[in-house]
Amino acid sequence: MLVAQGLTKGFGGPPVVEDVSFTLARGAITGLIGPNGAGKTTLFNLLAGSLRPDRGTLALDGTRIEGRRPDEVFALGMARTFQIPRPFPAMTVLENVMLAPPGQQGERFWTNWLRPGAVAAEERRVRERALHWLDFVGLTRLAQEPARVLSGGQRKLLELARVLVAEPRLILLDEPGAGVAPPLLATIMEKIVALNAQGTSFLIIEHNMELVMSLCRPVLVLAQGKLLMEGEPEAVRADRRVVEAYLGAGIA
Amino acid sequence: MDALSLLSYLAFFSVFAGIFAIMALGLNLQWGFTGLFNVGVAGFVAIGAYTSALLTGPEDAARFGGFGLPILVGWLGAMVLAGIAAFIVGVAALRLREDYLAITTFGIAVTIQLVALNATAVTGGPFGIQSIPKPLAGWLGTGLAWNLGYLALVLAMLGAVWWGLERLVASPWGRVLRAIREDEAAAASLGKRASAFRLQSFVMGCMVMGLGGALYAHFVGYIAPEDFLPILTFQIWAMLIVGGSGNNAGAVLGAVLVWAIWTVSGGALREMLPVAEQARGAALQVVLIGALIAVILVVRPRGLLGERATVSRHAAKVSPPPS
Repeated sequence: MLVAQGLTKGFGGPPVVEDVSFTLARGAITGLIGPNGAGKTTLFNLLAGSLRPDRGTLALDGTRIEGRRPDEVFALGMARTFQIPRPFPAMTVLENVMLAPPGQQGERFWTNWLRPGAVAAEERRVRERALHWLDFVGLTRLAQEPARVLSGGQRKLLELARVLVAEPRLILLDEPGAGVAPPLLATIMEKIVALNAQGTSFLIIEHNMELVMSLCRPVLVLAQGKLLMEGEPEAVRADRRVVEAYLGAGIA
Repeated sequence: MDALSLLSYLAFFSVFAGIFAIMALGLNLQWGFTGLFNVGVAGFVAIGAYTSALLTGPEDAARFGGFGLPILVGWLGAMVLAGIAAFIVGVAALRLREDYLAITTFGIAVTIQLVALNATAVTGGPFGIQSIPKPLAGWLGTGLAWNLGYLALVLAMLGAVWWGLERLVASPWGRVLRAIREDEAAAASLGKRASAFRLQSFVMGCMVMGLGGALYAHFVGYIAPEDFLPILTFQIWAMLIVGGSGNNAGAVLGAVLVWAIWTVSGGALREMLPVAEQARGAALQVVLIGALIAVILVVRPRGLLGERATVSRHAAKVSPPPS
């Protein structure tokens, strides 16, 4: 569903992402691994529109999206979370989620003057949807708290709910397991599997190999900005080049 | 002071407080709800004041206009022109982040003030524009009754602006503004086109400031470039910070309080200081307001009335969590 060809991005020096090509299959949970500094998050930013590639093309279900703004990419059905979660700290947990559904007519300022009844009705629906997904990630109890009170793991869950309420077809998760306590991590993994069963595709950056090996198929390996290999998790784990990329040549 | 002159003074005070409250509401939309650091308030107020004065004033052979139009047309025109100016500035400058936007808007306000000072053929130059018509003056005269009548008009305008803005900020639209203020990249990642919302907020806020300028012009009946110096921007900011940015009630409360402190301290300084020291005494007022801001920021950093956590008035109630 997502096809990347020859993606390249530099910041003045040598390219951080160089000539990366891959295809994400519909309905797959694809893993993206690689040592620190391999360019994983930069690649995410290129996919989600936060960065513009120097070269290369990107197509989501046949629509070219390279160089599009993040809000346009989101509207086309691809959503992302951040490595360090970015809740809106002064807003309630509930409204963090209510923000996300696309195409709300109450976001056009004049409808709030001219058709307040329609906005109120829409808000009731959006609120129900938001509460549904907060329940899904287990944050209902905190719905009316400002997001700043959440723990790191809860913030990850909030970001997940915020993305899910928009019902995207493809979700990019940047280290969903980082800084999350083990019981919460198990919850997050369950949620990903459950959503995938309903047809949502995922691309997941993760350092937790247990998570990657159990969830992701296939796995892409990025090293020094280049796609090192792509394959089944077992094949990736056994590959000499991957071990060398992580540990340095000569050790393996 | 007899009762009548006290009433007259109170009316005079309240008209100004109401006008400042309108300007503070405009700034609150920009800064309090969207995080736009506009330090050019005086410029947009000036555009409103001059526009309405030129549209409604009697013809003057020495300069452009006036056109003798109804006063409501003048107020509308003030908002429209301030909005157009804000649109042009916004398209060019809203991509800038906080401090750079502040520098840019400050420069624009100074430029507008200098244009008012030098474009004599339009603005009357340093002498400004006189005999700006006073609404209902034919009916109420120019004494206390007119002051009270004008106060009613200002309060009606304040009420309309209040209603319009409260409807907007406590809505999904306001929620997007808050999200952009909190984290623009995260808002964009959730499909919100930040630049469009920032521009809407900026233009609307400046239109409200322009209305404030028009109300000022028709109350005083005379405007000159020196009415729109950066000190005015400073006063409006002080009102918003003291009252509580992100809360419209706070903006209004701050406007009344700071204006009260300003006038009372001004009166006291005039009484206490010898004539030769009066000019220096005026600077003490600024020091006083500055000290007040410092105290508020230490004691109540969110202002007297802080913002509510819930933005949309539709999101306040929540059903009890399933147990």
